[in-house]
Amino acid sequence: MTEHAAPGAAAPPPAAPEPLARPPQSPWTLFWRQFRKSQLAMAGGALLAAFYAVMVVAPFVAPYSFEEMDRQRFFHPPQRLHWVEPGGRWRLTPYVHPTRLEDPAEFRYVEDRGRVLPLRFFVRGAAYRLFGVIPWDRHLFGVEAPERVNLLGTDSFGRDELSRLVYGAQISLTVGLVGMTISFTIGLLLGGVAGYFGGIVDTLLMRFSELLLSIPGLYLIIALRGVFPMDLPSQQVYLAIIVILSFIGWAGLARIVRGMVLSLRKQEYVLAAEALGMGRMRIIARHILPNTMSFVIVAATLTIPAYILGEVVLSFLGAGVQEPSPSWGNMLQQARTLRALTSFPWLLFTPGLAIFLTVLAFNFLGDGLRDALDPRKVLGGREG
Amino acid sequence: MRTYILRRLLQLLPLLLGISALTFLLIWLAPGDFLSMMAENPQIQPETIEAMRRKFGLDRPWYLQYLLYLKNVFLHLDFGESFSRHQPVFHVLRNALGNTLILAVAAACVTWMLAIPLGVWAAVRQYSWVDKTLSFLSFAWLSTPEVLSGLLLVFLAAKTGWFPVSGMRTLDWEMLGPLDKALDLLHHLVLPAFVVGLIPLAGRMRQMRGNLLDVLRLEYVTTARAKGLDERTVIFKHAVRNAINPLITLFGFTLGSLVSGAFIAEIIFAWPGLGRITIEAIITQDQYLVMGSVLMASVVLVLGNLIADFLLAWADPRITYD
Repeated sequence: MTEHAAPGAAAPPPAAPEPLARPPQSPWTLFWRQFRKSQLAMAGGALLAAFYAVMVVAPFVAPYSFEEMDRQRFFHPPQRLHWVEPGGRWRLTPYVHPTRLEDPAEFRYVEDRGRVLPLRFFVRGAAYRLFGVIPWDRHLFGVEAPERVNLLGTDSFGRDELSRLVYGAQISLTVGLVGMTISFTIGLLLGGVAGYFGGIVDTLLMRFSELLLSIPGLYLIIALRGVFPMDLPSQQVYLAIIVILSFIGWAGLARIVRGMVLSLRKQEYVLAAEALGMGRMRIIARHILPNTMSFVIVAATLTIPAYILGEVVLSFLGAGVQEPSPSWGNMLQQARTLRALTSFPWLLFTPGLAIFLTVLAFNFLGDGLRDALDPRKVLGGREG
Repeated sequence: MRTYILRRLLQLLPLLLGISALTFLLIWLAPGDFLSMMAENPQIQPETIEAMRRKFGLDRPWYLQYLLYLKNVFLHLDFGESFSRHQPVFHVLRNALGNTLILAVAAACVTWMLAIPLGVWAAVRQYSWVDKTLSFLSFAWLSTPEVLSGLLLVFLAAKTGWFPVSGMRTLDWEMLGPLDKALDLLHHLVLPAFVVGLIPLAGRMRQMRGNLLDVLRLEYVTTARAKGLDERTVIFKHAVRNAINPLITLFGFTLGSLVSGAFIAEIIFAWPGLGRITIEAIITQDQYLVMGSVLMASVVLVLGNLIADFLLAWADPRITYD
């Protein structure tokens, strides 16, 4: 993608060239210099890197498994971390007070101020397989069993919200990446083919994409969801959601790529490749599509949130990932009742904040990428 | 202009035909149908189900079903019968579409009444803290999905008790006078309209800001300033009027996307609109209701885009339309 044939290799200059004021820079260096200037984009990228890293080692970060219920702790509010002991001494590691159910009807819990439950790190807990293969039983943090700690509270089944959030990320965050990859591959290929070949292929593809774009998004998603049975197991729902979102997502991109290809295919280097007898699909793949890349990278970054939200909305409506598997959408579904919202607001804020931060980070990142990849940008400077 | 409108309207026909075919295909692909769900109910006679199957043509091959459906829609405006509601689909959808449009128009008002003044404000104070705050807020708005903003508003409304959190009318609506009826509707409308209206707000605001900044650089603005008009007159009488122009055409496009945007708000606020009907219909596999609602939502979207094109042609003399 970043390879460039050395120009003028056929006729080397007779004398040694003038020493350059600055060493020549690869496109990657130029991009990075520009990108680093945008603090918001860097922050967005860092946050996303952290989220995805946590997602990968979810079983280690989560103190409990996502389906482990505690019948003593329904609707437990988030527990506060304390740093100062009752005696007034500061601790290096935080602790929590154990709680006890004061009012079972209202699910009111009170802290037992007399007892201190220090937070321990790398504690032994439920066994799991890291990355699906390595068996292990250590968790990032936890408290001495049989006590439990719920830093983000528990839901209506007494399941730990933090654990569900971290495991749920495995679904909610990957839907975006996988769905975007599939639909952008389709969109790029079909857009490239339509723009390069023209004629009947172009007409058919464009009419079909118009059709997809004239059905309001959510109505189309719901109608497509109807094609699959409502009571699918979670893994299959996950695949179904990806298929649905990819089926819709390619249309808009294909139309834009087609427009870019229409102008690119008249360029001299494409004519040269044709004259040299290169195959058409090879020309599309090697010479035309790489030139749409900077647009595609930005568009991809800015589209991923739409896929993440697609999963959230479907699961929120009860047509997506099913219990007990967690996803950010079906965690949000627990906050749908008025009682949950008013009495147990952490059911809204835990997944809500995660969704908000992810989308915000992708938007910041995409914005920074757009600035850094824009070839019209003056090198080195950032105009007002 | 008339031929242009006529031609564009004619172009709609194949599009609508395509949409109906696609929807029909999707419904046909769906496993089982409403009648097979009914068949699992031991209280219903198999003969009744067989009779219904014949009545709706479900025993014929799919292409005949589709042609039958098309014939009824185009000749009689008959969208079939809703299995689960025992009512004609057209009747069910007419009310729902009306409610969705009320919500969409109210949301559009929210968007425009906020976007234009805020955009002007940001442009006039370019690079000031006002501009920076607004631009940061618009990023935050852009990143708040409706599911979240909807639930957040329900949360606030439930805490304060200022607004009703579900439905479209109070229970004793029928007994109210005409003015109270309207006020009651408005009261119920506020929260969902804000949820839907805030989505496009950020984009519109940025556009208004950009347009005004462009206009402020033009020569006639310099002229207006040079002849001694005060800044207020220059901005509001000369600049803003011209900067709004491109935004007017966006109105149509917004209307279409608002119908889609209203979907989530309808579900969170129990607003009896098209989105709620659709999700209920898909769960009960009420196939004609699903087709009808998807078709209607698409018609609104397509018409919105069409109106936008007409407005563009009408507002911008540089565009020829023959």
